[in-house]
Amino acid sequence: MSAITAMPAGGRRSYGTAALRGILRSPRLSGSLVAGLAMLGLIVLLALVGPRFVNPRLAAVGAARPSQAPSAQYVLGTDSQGRDMLTIMVLATPQTLRIGLIAGVVGMAIGLTLGLLSGFFGGAIDAVIRIVADSLMTVPNLAIMVIIAASVGHMTVELMGLTVAALAWTHPTRSIRAQVLSIRERSYVRVARANGESELGILFREVMPNLVPYIAASFVGAVSGAILAAVGLEAIGLGPNDVHTLGTTIYWSEKFSAVLRGQWWWWGPPIVAISFIFVGLFLLSSGLDRIANPKLRLRT
Amino acid sequence: MPIDYVAKRTFQLLLIVFIAVTFNFLIPRMIPGDPVESALQTKIAVSGSVSVDVQAVAAAYRAKFGLDKPLWVQYLNYWGGIFSRDLGVSLVDFPQPVIEKIQAAVPWTLGLLSLSTGIAFVLGSVLGALLAWPRAPRALHILVPPFMLLSSVPFFLLAIVLVFTFSVVVPWFPPGGGFDPVSILRFDMQTVLDVLYHAVLPALALVLGSVGFWALGMRALTISVLGEDYITFAESKGLPPQRVFLWYGMRNALLPQITSLAIALGSILSGAVLVEAIFNYPGLGGILFTAIAGKDYFVIQGIVLMLIFALALSLFVVDLIYPLVDPRIRYHA
Repeated sequence: MSAITAMPAGGRRSYGTAALRGILRSPRLSGSLVAGLAMLGLIVLLALVGPRFVNPRLAAVGAARPSQAPSAQYVLGTDSQGRDMLTIMVLATPQTLRIGLIAGVVGMAIGLTLGLLSGFFGGAIDAVIRIVADSLMTVPNLAIMVIIAASVGHMTVELMGLTVAALAWTHPTRSIRAQVLSIRERSYVRVARANGESELGILFREVMPNLVPYIAASFVGAVSGAILAAVGLEAIGLGPNDVHTLGTTIYWSEKFSAVLRGQWWWWGPPIVAISFIFVGLFLLSSGLDRIANPKLRLRT
Repeated sequence: MPIDYVAKRTFQLLLIVFIAVTFNFLIPRMIPGDPVESALQTKIAVSGSVSVDVQAVAAAYRAKFGLDKPLWVQYLNYWGGIFSRDLGVSLVDFPQPVIEKIQAAVPWTLGLLSLSTGIAFVLGSVLGALLAWPRAPRALHILVPPFMLLSSVPFFLLAIVLVFTFSVVVPWFPPGGGFDPVSILRFDMQTVLDVLYHAVLPALALVLGSVGFWALGMRALTISVLGEDYITFAESKGLPPQRVFLWYGMRNALLPQITSLAIALGSILSGAVLVEAIFNYPGLGGILFTAIAGKDYFVIQGIVLMLIFALALSLFVVDLIYPLVDPRIRYHA
């Protein structure tokens, strides 16, 4: 009896592992894609679940004894304003991810729309979009964002995301446009056109589905660029006023010279968290690049 | 050089300058709240003099700078100011002109940026080419993961770690500043050495942060060059391997790498500004950090314009020079 029940289970397991091995061996799923997804999944999970387990009052000034090194009571220590670092980290990480997502989604939506318009319809629209995007790409992003952020009196997470998104659309616009230009000359698009499909039908039924890997790759790029820009702005003191983010934590540690005073537990954790996010995004994007550009697979 | 190519690039340069100036002019006026008034209010709150009527002072400022005139008059005046190199005065170090502050800072940023980008570019390109070269020692390949890691982490985070490691844990280098504050800046050997000594850590942060980017890019470019017929031909001619590597491999892979340099210049500049802020370096990033903390609005605006102009101009120059260097690139008008 036990042998009979064990048999199919064992058989299924071996079939399962074979299938899993097959997926892992497929050229589309590289190690870096899996590692990147795992790292980002972990941090997103922590960001979603973490805030339920901490007391936000401990992130207020004077909530704990100031400048304590990590101990059993304060696992990550406290800053010189008497805030509990673990609580700050748990509250700050989701806000940084939110800014990146808002900017990434808005930037990608604008980039996708403009890229499709530009690549598919061409002509004067294409010329205007291309010139503006090309010109803005040569502007140091930080400069433009500093002007916006310095003019805004009360900075919030949402405004921060939109500020960063103001320039996050240029790269997606360029790469989507280039892909559309190459796809619209392919034979299946010509066949669809010969079959009498409308232009919009071709755009949504033939071109869009083939753009998906590129959209995914440039979305990851946009989010990564947005978080980089946001953390930079926050570190020079232009971040949201009323919530903790990873960048504002670094700003406060700089402002109170935590580095020179040897308070590594103040600036260390945000640096580790930011690096973790960036490495995850980098691995994910190089994994997606291999799917989007199969030529890369042959090279490396 | 075809005239329409030059014309197109010149148009693009002028467009960037126009967008930047207009943007710089409009943004503060579109957003509710008055930066002049709020800066004054902070200043008064800090100095503690209650008797000052902020509204009246702000109105006087506005009249002085023509901010009470219609928008289009202000816009024309703004352009006039830029042409006469008048970017307003600092609100914190009143009445020092903004242009003076910027002129004092530009050499620092230029020096730090060109030194570290030069080192990172050369070092990264050579290492990247070696990584792709089949005859190069295998041991080099352990460099790839750290390169990937470093190239994905922002420069200024590296800067913080470097300050902690090399000025706090082992106090070898100064934690900030551009020169010894008790010395007088002269042009002698001692000053030059002192300035270089202070530049080591900021430059190291920029080099470490970008060397991986150049190495990985160069590796991919060299791999694609290696498949070309002329490499096979050069090898079968029996040319010495070093010669094939340098003059057939690297030389041809290097040119597209220069294009990446032009494209990456903007993000390198943004990164350098943040590194300077961390080190309180006397360059544009350092004074930007101070200006933001003091809400010195005209200084912030001036630096932003300066950054945009400088980058647009250098890209314009690269665009014009590049086709001369690489005949494979045709002038796309």
